[in-house]
Amino acid sequence: MIKKSRKLGRGVAIVGAGVCKFGTLKGRSSRDLFVEAFNEMRASVDKGLEIKDIEALYVGNFSSDFFEGQGHIAPIMADWVGLVPRPATRVEGACASGGVALREGIIAIASGLYDMVLVGGVEKMTDLPTERVTDTLGGASDVLYEVPAGFTFPGLYAAIATAHMNKYGTKVEHFMKVAIKNHNNGALNPKAQFNSTIKDVMASRVKKAQERGQPVPTWENEMGFLKDDRANPVVAWPMRLFDCSPITDGAACLLLVAEDMAKNFTDTPIYIIGVGQASDVALHDKEDLSCIGAAKEAARQAYDMAGVGPEDIQIAEVHDCFTIAEIVATEDLGFFKPGEGAKAVEDGVTARDGAKPINTSGGLKSKGHPVGASGVAQTVEVWHQMRGEAGPRQVPGMDIKLALTHNVGATGGTCVVHIYERR
Amino acid sequence: MEREFTSASFNEFLGEKKLMASKCIKCGALYLPPRPLCIKCFGTEMEWVEMKGKGKLAAFTTIAIAPTLMLEEGYGRDNPYCTGVVELEEGPKISARILGVDAKKPEEIKIGTPLAVDFVERGEGEGKRTFLAFKA
Ligand SMILES: [Zn+2]
Repeated sequence: MIKKSRKLGRGVAIVGAGVCKFGTLKGRSSRDLFVEAFNEMRASVDKGLEIKDIEALYVGNFSSDFFEGQGHIAPIMADWVGLVPRPATRVEGACASGGVALREGIIAIASGLYDMVLVGGVEKMTDLPTERVTDTLGGASDVLYEVPAGFTFPGLYAAIATAHMNKYGTKVEHFMKVAIKNHNNGALNPKAQFNSTIKDVMASRVKKAQERGQPVPTWENEMGFLKDDRANPVVAWPMRLFDCSPITDGAACLLLVAEDMAKNFTDTPIYIIGVGQASDVALHDKEDLSCIGAAKEAARQAYDMAGVGPEDIQIAEVHDCFTIAEIVATEDLGFFKPGEGAKAVEDGVTARDGAKPINTSGGLKSKGHPVGASGVAQTVEVWHQMRGEAGPRQVPGMDIKLALTHNVGATGGTCVVHIYERR
Repeated sequence: MEREFTSASFNEFLGEKKLMASKCIKCGALYLPPRPLCIKCFGTEMEWVEMKGKGKLAAFTTIAIAPTLMLEEGYGRDNPYCTGVVELEEGPKISARILGVDAKKPEEIKIGTPLAVDFVERGEGEGKRTFLAFKA
């Protein structure tokens, strides 16, 4: 393993960020979502942006080929925001496509090749029926050996969950608490697909039953609702519907510039001080099934470059494609010891008003998971929080100077970690 | 002639009810799924080794929202199936279907359960395919 410390050739800063509204967006294709995110990004550049100054585009996208029947989307995205003839590159790393695109954009500026780069992520998923989406996402695992065994994407994370439960005594209630927390955060995020708490969901189910003259369901509390097989059916045990991130249409954009130019665009740029990426084997080949090795290695690289440790990070957006994934992420990143991520959720440490707020955006669970866009959208959330612009979901009483994002492809075949600083 | 160290050969062996791994002749590393290049010593000389087919459950799930492949076999919401990662006595782990457990009662399925290799045959004639399974 290469353990030599690495630094960027020159500093890189984020000076603009935007996301489109996430959800099931009928009649709108990936280019429409991308334009919406781009326009929000443009409006976020405090001192204005000359679009013609953007020199290149890196766009994360997992599978527009299967989802929309459209390959080769990078030049289309470039065209729709007026960047032609600038080079446009599509980056694929399953659900980490967006994070990997960001890393490529950073490398392009750090190398000196460009001064200003647009990084985007986009996925239009809801045109396909659920079984076809399941098949397409399954394509991010090992199709020769995992798919014939009957594994689905939720199934692979469910297997990680059983290994975690067996090794550390983690309970299904811990997974449910992640869902409750992230829905609480998503309820405060107008861009979220599920802009509602679990309690809101329960109330709407009751209302719907009343309107239809059906028997009105009663649940003691949120846990009662989440344990109800009818209200919250099993997808792949122990992962139930509310343990899974949804199928989402969405896009996100970031504007990156060389550090020495950053103040020309804003007085509060967000600097990228740590970058890490790693790969890993198929789930069955992992020595330890209860963690994600690529996350540990990507985090090690990012902490090393940034010169900070997990204890210094104030907030993080982590890849909660499934509730178990958030617990594992907070352990892999070193926020909590292995096996103690579940207790941290239970104790409220990772809540928005806790000591280590995780997924203030609502996470993939509640904000939605347009796979190629998610890694970029995580950075958009951190940008808002670090600049104190997150509105009602702004972390209370915390001057956020250091934040982290963690973006995973499939079961950890790819993981990207970024660390951000506000100076 | 020795069969190539590919997934096609692996599946062909499954059709003959054999679970076969590849073993590096130079350093002895064992690979399941089989592979043609040793990633420990980077040697390219491999030999086929049959696994005894004994192992234990390392991780599992019971799936209700099934992919097309399993829907076509009659699995789904009302008929979940179990799949998992099996750790073989010889060391390697592999993804496989898990039989002989009640997929409707996942709470009762235990990691560490001893398993023996089994083979699930689907389709007829040219379309016939054998899937790796393990039975409790
Ligand atoms: Zn070898």
